[in-house]
Amino acid sequence: MSAAAADSVSADAVHAPEVRLSGIGKSFPGVIANHDVDVTIRPATVHALIGENGAGKSTLMKILYGVQKPDEGTIEVDGTQHSFRSPTDAIAVGIGMVFQHFMLADNLTALENAVLGAERLHGIGDKARAEFESISSRYGFGLRPDVLVETLGVADRQRLEILKVLYRGAQVIILDEPTAVLVPQEVDALFANLRDLRSHGHSVLFISHKLDEVLAIADDITVMRRGTTVGEADPKTATKRELAELMVGSELPSPETSESTVTDVVQLSLRDLTLTDEAGRDLLSDITLDIHRGEILGIAGVEGNGQAELVETVMGMRRPTAGRIFLGDEDVTTWDTRRLRESGVGYIPEDRHRHGLLLDSPLWENRILGHQTRPPSVKGPWINRSGARKDTRRIVEEYDVRTPGIDTVARALSGGNQQKLIIGREMSGDPVLLIASHPTRGVDVGAQAAIWSHIKRARHDGLAVLLISADLDELIGLSDRIEVILRGRMVGTFDPARVTPQDLGAAMTGGNA
Amino acid sequence: MNTLKRIGFALLAPVIAVLIAMLATSIVILASGSDSSAGDFWSVILAKPENRIMVNIINQTSMIYLSAVAAAIGFRMGLFNIGVEGQYTLASYTAATFAGAALLPGAINVFASLVIAMAVGAIWAGIAGILRTTRGVSEVISTIMLNSIAAILVGYLLDQYGEHGGNQVRTKALHASSQVPGWVPFEDRDGAIWTLGLLAVAVGIGFWVLLNKTRFGFDLRATGLSQTAAVASGIKVNRMVLVSMLLSGAVAGLIWMPAYFGSAYTYGTTFQAGLGFTGIAVALLGRNQPVGMIFGAVLFAFLSAQSNSLVFQTDISPSVVQITQGVAVLAVVIAYELVRRYRIRLEQRSVARARTAPAQEVAA
Ligand SMILES: Nc1ncnc2c1ncn2[C@@H]1O[C@H](COP(=O)(O)OP(=O)(O)OP(=O)(O)O)[C@@H](O)[C@H]1O
Ligand SMILES: [Mg+2]
Repeated sequence: MSAAAADSVSADAVHAPEVRLSGIGKSFPGVIANHDVDVTIRPATVHALIGENGAGKSTLMKILYGVQKPDEGTIEVDGTQHSFRSPTDAIAVGIGMVFQHFMLADNLTALENAVLGAERLHGIGDKARAEFESISSRYGFGLRPDVLVETLGVADRQRLEILKVLYRGAQVIILDEPTAVLVPQEVDALFANLRDLRSHGHSVLFISHKLDEVLAIADDITVMRRGTTVGEADPKTATKRELAELMVGSELPSPETSESTVTDVVQLSLRDLTLTDEAGRDLLSDITLDIHRGEILGIAGVEGNGQAELVETVMGMRRPTAGRIFLGDEDVTTWDTRRLRESGVGYIPEDRHRHGLLLDSPLWENRILGHQTRPPSVKGPWINRSGARKDTRRIVEEYDVRTPGIDTVARALSGGNQQKLIIGREMSGDPVLLIASHPTRGVDVGAQAAIWSHIKRARHDGLAVLLISADLDELIGLSDRIEVILRGRMVGTFDPARVTPQDLGAAMTGGNA
Repeated sequence: MNTLKRIGFALLAPVIAVLIAMLATSIVILASGSDSSAGDFWSVILAKPENRIMVNIINQTSMIYLSAVAAAIGFRMGLFNIGVEGQYTLASYTAATFAGAALLPGAINVFASLVIAMAVGAIWAGIAGILRTTRGVSEVISTIMLNSIAAILVGYLLDQYGEHGGNQVRTKALHASSQVPGWVPFEDRDGAIWTLGLLAVAVGIGFWVLLNKTRFGFDLRATGLSQTAAVASGIKVNRMVLVSMLLSGAVAGLIWMPAYFGSAYTYGTTFQAGLGFTGIAVALLGRNQPVGMIFGAVLFAFLSAQSNSLVFQTDISPSVVQITQGVAVLAVVIAYELVRRYRIRLEQRSVARARTAPAQEVAA
């Protein structure tokens, strides 16, 4: 096995070029996203880029991939200077990128997605299929060419995105927060793929806010702060603490331990909740659970096992086929989203771009979204502009949203800062119940700690929380109780004080709990 | 950025678009090889309007503006109500029939007729709204079909119940007590500025307030910007679709009312068709903004009114101004994008300068 692997390495070895970014600068209205950035990606290495939200990581990657043009600085690939006018130019010298928001066509097959737009490379027939299969097996992706993308889970979609980039001949692969959407087992599998890529001679440049992962896989680490590279760290010797302190430039707050605040007043109660799709398949089956005031109930599960459906049903965006939902004493099964929100249900959606923001509207208008019928955003039928603006300023302050101002459009914020704005908004107006899907997805370690303490404080004051997260540390650290969801069913209850990530992982994938 | 500069930037794109449109029109005239030159054309179009034409421009502006607002209400939430034409045709006929019957006296008759026009416009648009929300029929398709149906229906009803005279047919003429002619700024023969043109002012202000100041307007814009985010925020999109179709249709119902009560007094050959489509173009030109559409409406009214003089002074067809109008609509879309990018570049440069200035000091 190892001999064969060694053989194949030499057979299809690629020689990723050395990529050197020097003196890169890029400004947007009101912000300097990058200045004096120097990074060198050595051939056949995994290079991690870390830094606070808004440090300029995504911007730098977009510059390297030709999506954005730098104002100053140079990009050298194997010693030759290049200026990329578009991603096509970057691909031509072997640089490919997978964005955080996947860009696959759901109703096409995996093979069709890979070939789409690259028909000139290997045609669309048998040669294309052979190339697809050879990439998939070479790096252990295990993707079947004819499977419909809509049936794939996140981890497979991500592998397909990487395959797509390899299919186009990329030797340097850029991944923007690839692990944010994965559960630990999937992260391990992805890292195995990345190691394979490296041993074949590819380089990988990736962003992550999870420092354990960075230490586990990276050969080189570059730290960015406030738009510039502030240092490099050696993963063999560096500790998480050191990295975090390099990132924020100060010490991290230590996580506060807290007493249980669970009361015996039930805030949300689901009774035999069932949801079936048009084809009659069960998306959710007989879900029964209670969340008390002052309690955080964590839902663990691999993405795509009914979490999204559960949230949308509780939020009134889908009608359950059977079963009842109670908010306090009230039967809210048939209530619509607005009425639920008016009764104090906060909602942090899984996909912030699709469900959480008006990307082209200013921040203060985004403050109103979802709160259109409640002060301080409105006065009767009128929009209360000054009230909304004032409260937006409060959120920006309290949640440390890094922005030039509240008139900036949401699109111009970095991913983590968009998330902080949403959290601040949904925690406004003293909600009684918070439905939180991946609340700290994409935020840096410092902000994550801050968000956790916000949530804990609200819990102390009686907030009930339904927490869905792919981050097991978050689930274990925050929840008072954890339920595991698998194929639309609750399959086990765990005590976070005693459960290990391994146990949870086994239960989530259907192993024995 | 100071206010003056902001206004300057806001005007930049439309000005560029108009210049491009003028250039394109000139090229067409040159290429057509007519005896009159592009210079002749522009000297007629850009001449100071005669008094009579001045009045006409103002009157046309009010109707075009109403039509633009009707279209913009739908556009702002991503609904393509192409049916303004049919809505105001049917509304105009119905209101004219009702008003002509003089069931009510004087001003009350006017008021009731306006309400009827709005109701009919709303119902006609509402059909498309209901088809969309219950059956998923695209409003583009249904409103286009409703336009044809409205035209046929009005033709039939007019023929059946109208007053036939010579080879013309029209609704019963409006009683003098319900006529609302307007204000004569020049000589009597130059005509009057219709009083009901003020409807356009009221609707414009109402639209601005609705969009920017009310919860409903916020929901409308949010739905147009992101339907998924709108749903998650608690907006009932189906209800919004229906309500905005009704509103759009109600405004459409008013389009021809200034002309009817101001000078036509009967629905027949006097009816001015085509305003519904003009409104769509003007809404695009004005980016569905209450203020932007005023400029668009004035521009269209001005070009159309001035073009009538072409017949007397050149051998260029008045319909050439439609090229100017069309190119302006297309060019403005591109011009806005260019101006936007230019503005961002300017701002970026000023940010970069702010940073390098102190840094250089240190270096030196
Ligand atoms: N298109 C844009 N227009 C204006 N400002 C932008 C734009 N893109 C990014 N910025 C700004 O540039 C800065 C850097 O953003 P970037 O997305 O690179 O951060 P990041 O390091 O990827 O952060 P995160 O970890 O939150 O994703 C931020 O202040 C952001 O507001
Ligand atoms: Mg980012």
